[in-house]
Amino acid sequence: MTDQSSTDHSSQFEHDTGDVAPGEEDLSLHEPAGGTPGYLLGLGLAALLTVASFYFATSGIVWQPAIPVVLISLAIAQIGVHLVFFLHITTGPDNTNNVLALAFGVLIVGLVVIGSIWIMYNLDARMMPMPAGAAPATYGSPY
Amino acid sequence: MSEIARTGLREDPHALGHRRHGHAHESSGHGEGGPASKRIVVAYGFWIFLLSDIVMFSAFFAAYAVLAKHTAGGPSGRELFETPRVALETACLLASSFTCGLGNVASVQRNMVWTQVWLLITGLLGAAFLALEAQEFVQMVADGNSPQRSAFLSAFFAVVGCHGLHVSGGLLWLGTMMAQIWVKGFRPDIMRRMFCFNLFWHALDIIWVALFTIVYLIGAGP
Repeated sequence: MTDQSSTDHSSQFEHDTGDVAPGEEDLSLHEPAGGTPGYLLGLGLAALLTVASFYFATSGIVWQPAIPVVLISLAIAQIGVHLVFFLHITTGPDNTNNVLALAFGVLIVGLVVIGSIWIMYNLDARMMPMPAGAAPATYGSPY
Repeated sequence: MSEIARTGLREDPHALGHRRHGHAHESSGHGEGGPASKRIVVAYGFWIFLLSDIVMFSAFFAAYAVLAKHTAGGPSGRELFETPRVALETACLLASSFTCGLGNVASVQRNMVWTQVWLLITGLLGAAFLALEAQEFVQMVADGNSPQRSAFLSAFFAVVGCHGLHVSGGLLWLGTMMAQIWVKGFRPDIMRRMFCFNLFWHALDIIWVALFTIVYLIGAGP
């Protein structure tokens, strides 16, 4: 977008009285995180990580018990790529609130997932032995 | 008037820390420069919604993680999941996320034709994803592996189906966006809606990354 067109549009829409969204009107609308090249880079990185995930999961090149760790690492990396290049969660000054909200969201997600797994495995380990045939699958939990 | 038009400066949006003082600049989030712009405020509110949606998904993921081994003598993920189809679904969704971003770039450039083209491609890829998922569900239920079969299958249908419902809702929103941009043009409120739709669609892709990793790839392993 040229600077000229941005100026034209801001003068065109300056008096939008029906607009009830909070905050100052801002029509610079500069594309964050680099526009099309940013999306291309994000797509490339995400595709690379996805292909790596499927390759490591199916090829047997990784030691079997380590596969979940590898896959989860790749998934976290890919989520990071999506956040930066697609959702534009950056370290920029106007992004501070978004980053803090994201940190809080990650905390809650971690509590829910890890807490649930921990509690349910613990309960399972404390279950009375069941009659043969009705026994649930064993977890091999350390708790 | 826009920041760029006023100062003639094009700043790096990735720059760490504060911008230099004494310049006319957009709101910084540090109490400088007056209230934040509407685009930033609206995007922040929608981001809070997306995070709460992700928290809801985390409960489904926790249920799946707890129940994944409880197959009640029925089939496990290893026997049910078809990796090629999951790979195709992943490709559709990732590509649609990319085209959705290009649609946003085109809309920022006020380019009606390319905005509509990219949004249409986004919708078609999303529909292809949904068709593949529906095909998988129908096939599983036809084989007697419905959600009632075992706790594992209940959790599986819940978490994957919930994501599928979100994609369906996203497709409806996408159709609405195309119509609104077509009829109402690139009005500021429509542009913010478009931006929120982009956030929503990209967030769905993030959830799918967690899904194909935890449910399909790890579930298909031993």
